[in-house]
Amino acid sequence: MARVPLSQDELSTRFGPHLNYTPPGGWQGKSGKEAEKLVKTHCCFCGQQCGIQLKVRDNRVIGFEPWEEFPFNRGMLCPKGVKRYLQGNHPDRLLDPLMRTADGFRTASWDESLDFTARRLRELQEKYGKDSVAVYGGASLTTEKSYLMGKFARVGLGTRHIDYNGRLCMVSAGTAYKGALGADRAPNPWNDIAEAEVLFVIGANIGECAPITTDYIWRARDKGAKLIVADPRFTPISRNADLYLPVRPGTDLALLMGMLHVIIRDGLTDRAFIDAHTTGFEKTAESVEAWNPLRAAEVSGVAPEAIEKAAHLIGESRRAMLMHARGLEHQSKGVENCEAVIAIALATGNIGREGAGPIMITGQGNGQGGREHGQKCDQLPGQRSLTDPAAREHVAAVWGISPDELPGPGYTAVEIMNAIHSGEIKGLLSICFNPLVSLPDANFTGEALEKLEFFGVIDFFLSETAAHADVILAGSLQEEEEGVTANVEARVIHIQKAVDPPGNARTDSSIICDLAGRLGRGQYFPFKEPREIFEELRRASQGGIADYYGITYEKIDRQMGVFWPCPTLDHPGTPRLFEDGRFFHADGRARFMSLAWRDSGDPVDAEFSIYLTTGRVVSQYLSGTQTRRIGALVDQYPEPKLEIHPRLAEHYGINTGDWVTVTSRRSAITLEAMVVRTIRPDTVFIPYHWPGGRSANRLTHRTLDPRSKIPEYKVSACRIEKSAAPGERS
Amino acid sequence: MFGMEFYVDPSRCIGCQSCLKACEECDTHRGVSMINFDFVDRKETIAAAAYVCWHCDDPTCAQVCPADAIKKYEDGIVGSSLKPRCIGCSNCVLACPFGIPKLAPEYEQMMKCDMCYDRTSVGKKPMCATVCPSQALTYVTPETIAATRREKPINTFWFGNQKITTKVYMMAPADAGEIAIDVADYTWEGEYGLVPQAF
Repeated sequence: MARVPLSQDELSTRFGPHLNYTPPGGWQGKSGKEAEKLVKTHCCFCGQQCGIQLKVRDNRVIGFEPWEEFPFNRGMLCPKGVKRYLQGNHPDRLLDPLMRTADGFRTASWDESLDFTARRLRELQEKYGKDSVAVYGGASLTTEKSYLMGKFARVGLGTRHIDYNGRLCMVSAGTAYKGALGADRAPNPWNDIAEAEVLFVIGANIGECAPITTDYIWRARDKGAKLIVADPRFTPISRNADLYLPVRPGTDLALLMGMLHVIIRDGLTDRAFIDAHTTGFEKTAESVEAWNPLRAAEVSGVAPEAIEKAAHLIGESRRAMLMHARGLEHQSKGVENCEAVIAIALATGNIGREGAGPIMITGQGNGQGGREHGQKCDQLPGQRSLTDPAAREHVAAVWGISPDELPGPGYTAVEIMNAIHSGEIKGLLSICFNPLVSLPDANFTGEALEKLEFFGVIDFFLSETAAHADVILAGSLQEEEEGVTANVEARVIHIQKAVDPPGNARTDSSIICDLAGRLGRGQYFPFKEPREIFEELRRASQGGIADYYGITYEKIDRQMGVFWPCPTLDHPGTPRLFEDGRFFHADGRARFMSLAWRDSGDPVDAEFSIYLTTGRVVSQYLSGTQTRRIGALVDQYPEPKLEIHPRLAEHYGINTGDWVTVTSRRSAITLEAMVVRTIRPDTVFIPYHWPGGRSANRLTHRTLDPRSKIPEYKVSACRIEKSAAPGERS
Repeated sequence: MFGMEFYVDPSRCIGCQSCLKACEECDTHRGVSMINFDFVDRKETIAAAAYVCWHCDDPTCAQVCPADAIKKYEDGIVGSSLKPRCIGCSNCVLACPFGIPKLAPEYEQMMKCDMCYDRTSVGKKPMCATVCPSQALTYVTPETIAATRREKPINTFWFGNQKITTKVYMMAPADAGEIAIDVADYTWEGEYGLVPQAF
C-alpha cells in the first residue's frame, strides 16, 4: 500500500518544503568571494533554457553570473533562473535512498534500495504480466535521460507503459504540428519573432511563463510590429498590445474559426501558396463557412469587430507569427485549436520564411528534447512512431534486440493513473514528475497512488507524490549531470555538469543503468557517462525526423547550439523549417484539417456557473517541488490567490483578502481573493503550483483531448462563496 | 561609463522582479535588493515599474547629508552611503524627490543603488539591466538606443521649482520634453478654488 506513512506535519518538518534564502556560507561568507570556476550552462527550469554561468567553489554552486554571449537570452534571466542555484545545499536535499517503514522513512543503502526496487518490479511482472508496471518520465530530464527512460521501459522492463509529464504540456501542439506539417517543433528560430510585422499571441502568458520572449516581442514592436493578444486574462504581455481579445475559456476555437472565416471571405488567402504547398484547404474552408464573426463572437465573447480586425491584421501581412502555449492547448479541443492556428498560417502563406510562421512555445526545460526520443508511449527515438515497422527495425538494431521484443504503444500519463486507480497497473517507477500536484483531479490521483503495490521514485527532494513511495532513490539536480536539451526553437544545447551530487545521491542515469543491471538487462545499459548515451542516441535518431546524428557536444559548444534536423557531422543544423516550401509528409505538402466545434468536458451550468481557469505565476515553476523551496521566490508570491473581477466579486460581497471557497464537481478549496479588473467577469483564475488544500488541481477534471490525451486544465466549471479561513493547511 | 548609459522604460516592465533578485546577488550589498519596484495599481492594471537610483548630476541626497556620507564618483555614479560616516538620520530618504534611498534600520545606515559599481567600473553591466527579460532596464550605448527605440531618452525633471538632471535616462514618448512633476497639479483647492493662506 502506498499510503503516506507520516502525518503532514511530520513530513513537512522532516522533508520540507523549507525555504533556502542564502548561498552556502551565508551572504557574507565565501560565496561572495571569487568563484573557482564559472560553468557555462543553462537554466534548469523552462523551455527558454536561458544561458547562465554557475559560480562554483568547493564543489558547490555559490551563485551565478550572466552569460551574455549565449545568443538566445544574451544574459537575460527571469527570477527563477537567478535564484535556481539555491536548490543546491538545501536542507531538504535527499542525500541517501529512503525506504518506507511502518511510521515513516529510513535511509537505506543503494544495494538495498535498488535490489528491493528490482525485486518488486520483477515480482509484479511475474505475477500480473509485463504491463502491470508503468514508468513515468519527465520533460526536465536531459535528452540522454529521456532516451534512457524510453529504452529502460521497453528493453529493461519490457512494459509498454512509458509516458511522461510532457503529456500535460506539449502533446496538443505536437499532434497538430506533426499531423499538419510533418514535424513536431516550432518551425522558426526565435530571432524571427523580432522580424515579424504582426504577432498574434493566444493562450500564452509570455511575461510570466516565457519571460525572455518578451524582449523579442518588444523589439518587433520597436520596428512597428502590431501585437494582438488573446487570453481570458489581461496578462503582462498585453500591456503593449494593439488589440486585446478577452476570449472566454475553452472557446479559442470559435475565435480562430471566426478569424479564418474572415480571411477567406475577404480574399486574404495566399492561393498560390495553398495550391502549391498544401492539401485539404477546401474542407477547412467548408468547416468555417458558418463561423461568421457574429457567431464566433457569441461563442467566444470577443466582439465581432475585434475578430475582423485581428483577421485583417494577420491576413494583410506577409510576416505574421502566431504564437501559442498551454492556454490554447490545455483543452479537450487542444489539437483542433492548434490545427486552426496552423490553418491561419497556411492559408495566408505565413510559414517557412523569416518573421512568418505558427510558433508553439514549449513550456518545460526539455519539453522539446524530452518528446523526441522515446519517452512517449507511442514513440521511438528520432521522433519516430513506435508502430512503424521501419522505425522498429532501425531502433531495435541500434539496441541489439529483435524488433519483436519491442512492445507496442501503451497508455498516456493520465491513462496510466486511471489504470492504477482501476487496479490494472500495480507498480510504478517515476522520475521528474509530481503527479499529485500536476495531474487534474488531485483527490483521484491520491486514491490511485494509495492502491499501488509498488511505487518507486527517483527525486532530489521528497515531493508530495514521493511521500507515497515505497522507495525513494536519491537522484541528481540538473547541474550535477552532463547532457543536452533542446530549447523552444529546437536548438540542441549543452548542459554542463557543475558539481557532483552531494552526500550519497547519485546521477539519475547511473541509477537507471544500475537498476537495469539488477533486472538482468545490464548489457543494454553499459553507459558509464551521459556522453556514451548521447553517442547511442545519435545513431538511434539517425534518419528520423528529429535527426541528431550530426550533433556532438563539441559542435554544440562551437556553434552555441545546433538546431535539428542535423543529419551529418558537416551539416550546420536547421534553424528554420520549410524554407523550400516542402513539408515533412511524403508528398511534401502541409495539410489543412477539418475543424469542428464541440463543448468543453466540464461545462458551466446553473449550479456551477463560473468558468475556472488555471495557470502560473512567474516566481514558481510547475508543481513547485523546487521553487517552493527557494525563499526569495516564495516571498514574491507566497500563496495561491483567486483572481476575480470586481463585478463578480461584488455579486458575492467579496473584497481582496477575503477567503473564498471554490467548488467544482470534484472538490472544493478555500483561497484568498484578489479582486482585479484584469480578468473576464465570468471567470476566476487560480495558479496551480501548490499542493493539498491550496491545489487548483483538486478542482480540475480528467477530460482529455481524444487525440493528444492532454487534460483540459484551462476550462472547468465552479461556484464560489465567501467563507472563513481554512483550518489546518494540508 | 565605457560608453554605456542606463535607460529605464517602465512601459516594458512585466513585473517579473528578476531585477530585484539579481540585484541582491551582486558583490557589494549581498542579500539586499536596491531596486524600487511597484505594482502601480494591481486592481486596475498589470502595469508595474522598477527603478534604480537616478544618479543625479547634483544629488539632493548628498546636498542634505549632514555627515557628508554620500559621494559622487568621477564617472557620475552617486555612491550609497559611506559606512563610517552615515548616521542614519534619514535626511536623504526624505529629500530625494524620486524616493530612492532607504534606511536599513538594522545597520542604521542608508542604502541605495550604486549602479553595481563593482561591475560598471570595470566595463560590465549592472545586474538588473543584464537580466531584465523585457529590457525595461537596459544598459547600452546612446547609439544603440537611438537606433533601436522609438521612445526618447529624457534626463531632465522638474519637481516643483527644483530642476534635476540625471545620469540615468527615462524613456518617454518621442514628442516628450522635460518631465515636470508639480504637486500643485494634483491638489484640490476647495469648492471655490481657493487655498487658505498659511501665512
